[in-house]
Amino acid sequence: MASMEEDGSVEEKDNNNKKRTKSAIAVAWLTFYNIAMTAGWLVLAMAMMRFYLQKATHKGLYKSIARTLKFFQTVALVEVGHCAIGIVRTSVIVTGVQVCSRIFMVWFITNSIKQIQNEESVILFLVVWTLTEITRYSFYTFNLLNHLPYFIKWARYNMFIIMYPLGVAGELLTIYAALPFVRKTGMLSMRLPNKYNISFDYYYFLIIVMLSYIPLFPQLFFHMLRQRRKVLLGEIIVEKDE
Amino acid sequence: FKHGICTVEILDAKTKDKLCFLDKVEPNATIGEIKSMFHKSHPQWYAARQSIRLDPKGKSLKDEDVLQHLPVGTTATFYFRDLGAQISWVTVFLTEYGGPLLLYLMFYFRVPFIYAPKYDFTTSKHWVVHLACMCHSFHYLKRLLETLFVHRFSHGTMPLRNIFKNCTYYWGFAAWMAYYINHPLYTPPIRYYINHPLYTPPPIYGEQQVRIALIIFLFCQVGNFSIHIALRNLRPPGSKTRKIPYPTKNPFTWIFLLVSCPNYTYELGSWFGFTLMTQCLPVAFFTAVGFIQMTVWAKGKHRSYLKEFRDYPPLRSPILPFVL
Repeated sequence: MASMEEDGSVEEKDNNNKKRTKSAIAVAWLTFYNIAMTAGWLVLAMAMMRFYLQKATHKGLYKSIARTLKFFQTVALVEVGHCAIGIVRTSVIVTGVQVCSRIFMVWFITNSIKQIQNEESVILFLVVWTLTEITRYSFYTFNLLNHLPYFIKWARYNMFIIMYPLGVAGELLTIYAALPFVRKTGMLSMRLPNKYNISFDYYYFLIIVMLSYIPLFPQLFFHMLRQRRKVLLGEIIVEKDE
Repeated sequence: FKHGICTVEILDAKTKDKLCFLDKVEPNATIGEIKSMFHKSHPQWYAARQSIRLDPKGKSLKDEDVLQHLPVGTTATFYFRDLGAQISWVTVFLTEYGGPLLLYLMFYFRVPFIYAPKYDFTTSKHWVVHLACMCHSFHYLKRLLETLFVHRFSHGTMPLRNIFKNCTYYWGFAAWMAYYINHPLYTPPIRYYINHPLYTPPPIYGEQQVRIALIIFLFCQVGNFSIHIALRNLRPPGSKTRKIPYPTKNPFTWIFLLVSCPNYTYELGSWFGFTLMTQCLPVAFFTAVGFIQMTVWAKGKHRSYLKEFRDYPPLRSPILPFVL
């Protein structure tokens, strides 16, 4: 699903020299990281555009950018670490779920099931992810540098309204397209009897994954909407109990 | 020390609306009594779901707190927060534990619509499957009886939504485990031998593994029960005093020397034994998840013991001796 984190800026520490040095290293690393990720997704965007302009088709596009995509999407795992050690003020679980769902799509769907790599739905979510990530990482970068242009803030808190549903559509259509191939090959599945006394059917697992979008997508979407009201419109939201 | 009569007003903690005005309140009235009076004027908010506090964002006052010992004048202002629908701990526990007990038995007796129809109401040919059913059922029966006769709960109730969360966890895992252990294609523990030319495989299964597992399981069940009894005896009926638990004459409680929450230690041991007995990965997952949750609880309990008692024994770890 498209990302929807809260503001990933560094906590304000008080005037304690020791704490300030730790903050400086964290700020330096995060700035470097976010610049690198912005650059990476920009490279992906340009590679995709160049392929389409040269070949006038989307067939083979995924294959051409697969390595870069896998690299930059997998590296995003460190963001879970950022939350865990506290240099980014977002919940570990939220970030974890986000990153894992992306890793799942990239490694367990498009990478493993070659037959669906030329589906239009793949291009759909690739475009959505690219636009979303470029906006998100540049937002974090400018935030850390304390020079946030309003249009980046505007983009981050408005684009998701269209990007998010489109991304979900792309992902769901891709998983749906993959189902017959999963069933035929029986990939990643384990049957009884075996000495671990467990079974796993990847086909039904994917169906459950698709169904789980139904409760999860609205929650994440409305969370982003609330963030938008707070950040862009300065509304004071009265939080629910505890 | 205040004489005479007090008045109490209760405001909504969020909106600051005046919800209730009680005059003629005795200075020695408890918060619990005030809650009953509030309930009379607002019948939808029974005492268990009321959180009464001195400050809108402060901590809840206890039922035993007495009005005249609180920092209020002759007119006391309290803030009210609705804790939501409540359900008693006893009800939650009985439902949580009754589910796994019954569900497992349904899988054990191979009730229709679980496995292929030709297996309906058949029994497994592996003796370890019968043993596992007895152990699992014993475990949850023990828990049900402890809930009714042994445990003393400090809080009467918990939020209603907890019962759905807890039951999903217990019932879900019980069904998942039971499905595989009682499956017609279940594979019991088997011993592996070196490929010796004169090797003759014995016509039995991993008896040794199952035997060891059973001993571990039973040992930990007795241990867990001993701890529950020891904790119950720590607190006489009706009192809410808190004391440090110490080893008693029962050797199973000597683990208190090394661990703050040995009930969790023994519980982990029981499920470890059950995992070994059944050699079933879902059981291993259940044990792992339970271990993580119990460690979180044990660390919390350990921390509150350390905070409350200056003379808390330093040798103790929260759940695993010397380790965790």
